[in-house]
Amino acid sequence: MKKILLMGNPNVGKSVIFSRLTGVNVVASNYSGTTVEFIQGHMKFKGKRAILMDVPGTYTLEPTSKAEEVACDMMKEGDLIINIVDATNLERNLRLTMDIIDKRMPTIVVLNMWDETKHMGIDIDIKKLEELLGVPVVTTVAPTGVGIKELILRLEEAKIGGIEERTEHERWDEVGRIISECQRLSHRHHTMLEKLGDASVKPLTGIPIGIIAVYLIFKVIRFIGELLVGVGEGLFDSIWTPVMIRLSEILGGSGFIHDILVGKLIEGGIDYGQSFGLLSTGLFVPLAGVLPYIISFYLILGILEDVGFLPRFAVLVDTIMHRVGLHGFASITMLLGLGCNIPGVLATRILETRRERFIAATLLAICVPCMALSAMVIGLVGEKGGQYVASVFITLFIVWIILGLSLNRIIGGESMELYMEIPPFRIPYFRTLMKKFVMRVRQFITTAVPLVLLGVLIVNILYLLRIMELLGKIFAPLITRVLGLPQEAISALIIGFLRKDVAVGMLDPLNLTSGQLVVASVVLAMYFPCVGTFAVLFKELGIKDMSKAVLIMLISAFSVGGILNVIF
Amino acid sequence: MVVDLAQMGNGQSGIVVRLHGGYGFIRHVQAIGIIEGMRLTKLASHPLRGPILVSVNNLQIAVGFGMSKRILLNVDGH
Repeated sequence: MKKILLMGNPNVGKSVIFSRLTGVNVVASNYSGTTVEFIQGHMKFKGKRAILMDVPGTYTLEPTSKAEEVACDMMKEGDLIINIVDATNLERNLRLTMDIIDKRMPTIVVLNMWDETKHMGIDIDIKKLEELLGVPVVTTVAPTGVGIKELILRLEEAKIGGIEERTEHERWDEVGRIISECQRLSHRHHTMLEKLGDASVKPLTGIPIGIIAVYLIFKVIRFIGELLVGVGEGLFDSIWTPVMIRLSEILGGSGFIHDILVGKLIEGGIDYGQSFGLLSTGLFVPLAGVLPYIISFYLILGILEDVGFLPRFAVLVDTIMHRVGLHGFASITMLLGLGCNIPGVLATRILETRRERFIAATLLAICVPCMALSAMVIGLVGEKGGQYVASVFITLFIVWIILGLSLNRIIGGESMELYMEIPPFRIPYFRTLMKKFVMRVRQFITTAVPLVLLGVLIVNILYLLRIMELLGKIFAPLITRVLGLPQEAISALIIGFLRKDVAVGMLDPLNLTSGQLVVASVVLAMYFPCVGTFAVLFKELGIKDMSKAVLIMLISAFSVGGILNVIF
Repeated sequence: MVVDLAQMGNGQSGIVVRLHGGYGFIRHVQAIGIIEGMRLTKLASHPLRGPILVSVNNLQIAVGFGMSKRILLNVDGH
């Protein structure tokens, strides 16, 4: 099968074009480095099935980060290259085009974001460009699909445009020559959006804008989340509870199957927090407890990503990030981690050195609570009062800073410098925004719900076999002495390996004091990553670094837990 | 007058004359779009040795403070 590669600079819309050509949906955003791993799909080429690969964005074919290494390796396997170019930024983009053409592979050039050139006052002579590059050139507006048909039709015209070997300087000179021959810029005034874009990244205006934005973001996420939790709880109470009660009657009100499916009856009824049956708590936790916040978080994150807020945020926090041995871009991995640690850890690939990747992944896994955990903490600890919820998150933030400062000291080497493109503010395309949102929510439902059910099942079995009791006794000194929790809390720590949201849910029947809830929530967030995060940590860091990270986790979780126990 | 990017005043423009560093550094800087011979404008600099914001043909780039000291420019008007 022929292999077609989609290549281009970061943030030029490769992923959107990939979706258009293959029908496979992938996450795309308005900042560099959304695709760190290659993704492949199928499309038709010359009447036959061909493989289309979405290559991580690169500026040159000389690898300087892990994402670029992936791109260079993949290039060797390709048969044809679709080079996606940001039409609003021809000069910079053509640099890679030159590199690709010099590799003497059949190439077709796509000028994407064609709609933006017009209102930016950029005029490009396509015919002339084709002539100078020696390969076909088509124009597209990927989110709306304009030009995609022409791209498919002209794909087989792709050809080798290369001339003899050129040096670095000759390539840049060539780019300059091409630009002067086929691009004309006309003067125009700055739009409101551009003015806002500029203001949001300059220190005097940017820092206040950033603080207000972050405050509003959390307010809105919380507001939508709470609203939806209310709706979810209402639906469960009015529709699902009667079904559960009926099922409970059919099953005779108690017994092995009853307890696994419906759970224990609390005062003769279903208590979704405490019953712990597969169909009661097992469905309630992911769907009514966590899903509302997942929806709310990814809705807001998607908008922020597509508008182009995240790179600006990275610039604003760069100085702080340097203190913990990272640079501004790593803040984006942390923000992604607030949704789910897995994409957060994957995104650490964009960082340049192993040292940075280690620090970022470790901080993420220990101190960044995922939305599933956060939602449950807000729900459960929130009953005792907002100040306790705040204590949990503030503690995690303080640990993040202390741990980051220490790791930066202990691990040798310098931290890299921030060096990134700040994309213009863009008004998101509604359809791409929704696609990404639906994809992420669907992913939560399909991967999290089965794991939650599995977790609840394991809890029931461990209880029935009295294994929990045994483990409780073994770990009693640690749990009761150090953390000041009842020994039954061990069950939550065990299930935390699987799903953190279920683990927090398991604290509910223990009737903990507010102080104990804070301790337990913080320890659950820190002590160990869930199974999914564990797997990606292993993949990204390797066994040696991962073991180090896990050791740091355990030590810091129990020391922080111990300290909190003394405070509360 | 040749100065480094950190010394340059906000709003000033100049031509990039030299990237001071090893092969890897030069590649890294050139990749996104700061290349010798190009005209660059310094837009703003963040306090406490924070990143510096520049614009190079239609493009805004954030440059870390340490890195900016290794980008030398010939400033206009001298």
